[in-house]
Amino acid sequence: MGLEGQLTGTFVGTRLSDALNWARKYSLFQYPFVTACCGMEFMATACSHYDISRFGAEIPRFSPRQADLLFVVGTVSHKLAPVLRKVYDQMCDPKWVVAFGACASSGGFYDNYCTVQGIDTIIPVDVYIPGCPPRPEQVLDALMMLQEKIQAEPLEKQA
Amino acid sequence: MSKNVLERLQARFADQVEETHSNQGDDTAYVKRDKLVELLTFLRDDAELAFNLPVDLTVVDWYQKREPRFEVVYHLYSTTKKHRVRLKVRVDEDDARVPSSFPVWPGFDWFEREAWDLYGVRFEGHPNHTRIMMWEGFEGHPLRKDYPINKRQPLTTLLGEQK
Amino acid sequence: MSEILIETEGGDLDSAPMNLQMGPSHPAMHGTIKMRVKLDGEIVQKTEVEVGYLHRGFEKSCESVTWSQVMPYTDRLNYVSPLCNNVGYCMAVEKLIGVRATERCEYIRIIMAESSRICDHLTCVGASAMELGGFTAFLYAIEAREELWRLTETVTGARLTHSYCRIGGLKDDLPVDFLPNYRVVEKKVRSLVADMHALLDRNRIFLDRMKDVGSMTAERALQWGFTGPVLRSTGSDYDVRKASPYMLYDRFDFEVPVGTKGDNYDRYLVRMEEIEQSFRIIDQCLKQMKPGPVNLEDGRLLLPPKDEVYGSIEGTIAHFKIIMDGIQVPPGEVYSYTEAGNGELGFYLVSTGEGRPYKCRVRPPCWSLMQGLHELLEGYQIADIVPTFGSVNMIGGECDR
Repeated sequence: MGLEGQLTGTFVGTRLSDALNWARKYSLFQYPFVTACCGMEFMATACSHYDISRFGAEIPRFSPRQADLLFVVGTVSHKLAPVLRKVYDQMCDPKWVVAFGACASSGGFYDNYCTVQGIDTIIPVDVYIPGCPPRPEQVLDALMMLQEKIQAEPLEKQA
Repeated sequence: MSKNVLERLQARFADQVEETHSNQGDDTAYVKRDKLVELLTFLRDDAELAFNLPVDLTVVDWYQKREPRFEVVYHLYSTTKKHRVRLKVRVDEDDARVPSSFPVWPGFDWFEREAWDLYGVRFEGHPNHTRIMMWEGFEGHPLRKDYPINKRQPLTTLLGEQK
Repeated sequence: MSEILIETEGGDLDSAPMNLQMGPSHPAMHGTIKMRVKLDGEIVQKTEVEVGYLHRGFEKSCESVTWSQVMPYTDRLNYVSPLCNNVGYCMAVEKLIGVRATERCEYIRIIMAESSRICDHLTCVGASAMELGGFTAFLYAIEAREELWRLTETVTGARLTHSYCRIGGLKDDLPVDFLPNYRVVEKKVRSLVADMHALLDRNRIFLDRMKDVGSMTAERALQWGFTGPVLRSTGSDYDVRKASPYMLYDRFDFEVPVGTKGDNYDRYLVRMEEIEQSFRIIDQCLKQMKPGPVNLEDGRLLLPPKDEVYGSIEGTIAHFKIIMDGIQVPPGEVYSYTEAGNGELGFYLVSTGEGRPYKCRVRPPCWSLMQGLHELLEGYQIADIVPTFGSVNMIGGECDR
């Protein structure tokens, strides 16, 4: 916004970042990068039973330019890795990444020639969700953790 | 009925069928690759056999266990006669090629590309003989027994390597 | 208007074909498919489907683990109906060893596989309705699936990746309150399926997008190696459960629904009817099955009971041998086939007599469907790619393995 440098550390600056972060954490527009099994649990989380919209993150945006939260759901192979990187690069700041499930976090039990051993070797990750696949409750928990993280972000990081 | 398939095949292609067996209930015939397309066409068009469903095609790699190294395995099914057959073609590592069965069944199109990609067996006459699972530029054939399971060939620079 | 607003070279409007790339990260491509489409206006002239984005080395991984440890990998092949894969793999290994599971075990396997099939069809129909804008039907389908998953969880302990079957048996018998729980779930799911019928069957938009779109003849479908609901929608009645009944399928009275035109709408109807038939099969299972052992009394295959493991030296050794060395499978090769959600799921296993599979090949029904997909798309409009692709029910884990 241009003012960050002058406002850092001041009373106005901290209040402003609180307000901004509050708005951001409850209006996450997510980009579901769904590849594999975890997608089934992602669907379950998004639908009526678990209802991710209670946390303000129900709207999937399939254009990376309109999204600020990247859900990497499922196994990422080396063939798909450049695509993931490109999607991430196209997203505007501020942006966050959630590694959904064991495969996205670490490669899972696919320790072989074609699987990326965790997406954090390609892009930075904010929250990891364990589980193969994780239960919807775990996904919601991760979302709340991400919201806490967003709330705590200082103003200068949001430039 | 199932014995019938192998007998009929042997009667028609006596010089092409090397051996047959029905272990574990699956009729199997080892055939030579010279007249493979002709043989498959016969299996498809013969009124008694009428194999109309190309089920599966894969390769077994007998690395350092058997000679010749590769076995190309075909599985066929007939929905009208309700019988199955397995055909096997032995090929050597230095000469790993078989004629493409694409003209007989288009349904073996991707199976053959996969076999080339993962095992490195050539299918001569295939209209689009390219890799399918891995990408162009990938070195080696990952499902061969001498390809290490952990040998990765990343397409992007990994974050850890930049540091 | 008489004046010319835009002048084009040669006087006529430029109408060169346009190339368009869909995927791999496209909402309708299920994440793992890329299509190169050549368009003439809105008409699809040529399509090239590219797969392999979810290739995660199923075979190579299976070759490095014991026969029992393959089970979790099979779960993740067709992750919409994992129990069908479990059953298919166990049957293949049992065929190779030359044993057959107990009667009660087979009944339970059928019940679980059929409920998995219902989940598979619900997901497919719901997702393809959502892609056409029918979000309500999708919510109903997922609601129904959720009910079934909760029931499955009480049996297997997991919602999605169950690893329920064991070679020669099952993880456990059905829980004691399975029958009353099932009746409650069945009632709910049936009513939700009826709601979906009401929402979609005569919905004008749905009909216009689905009818006479993406059709194929039975003969051509067989040439491409199609199986399952996509083949049956064209009029061929090939269903492994009827054609070569495995397990106890010859004891049940059920129909194989077939279509006539092989278009999207036929595929939808076939899937919906198969849900109904699966309920019928489960009903008959529950009526016919009797109490009895679920596991074979075979120390070579199954782990000894825990009190034996801790209480006797033989039990400890047997446990240790099976865990460390794996089940000893005699040398040989076998092709075993079952009807999974998308068609004939085959396992081609090769054993050299060691504790690990020498080769564990799976014949994925989606693979055949994908190689012939372009024929379903060409000649139709670009917007028809979405419902056609949705109704084929491509599952990345199974297609690319």
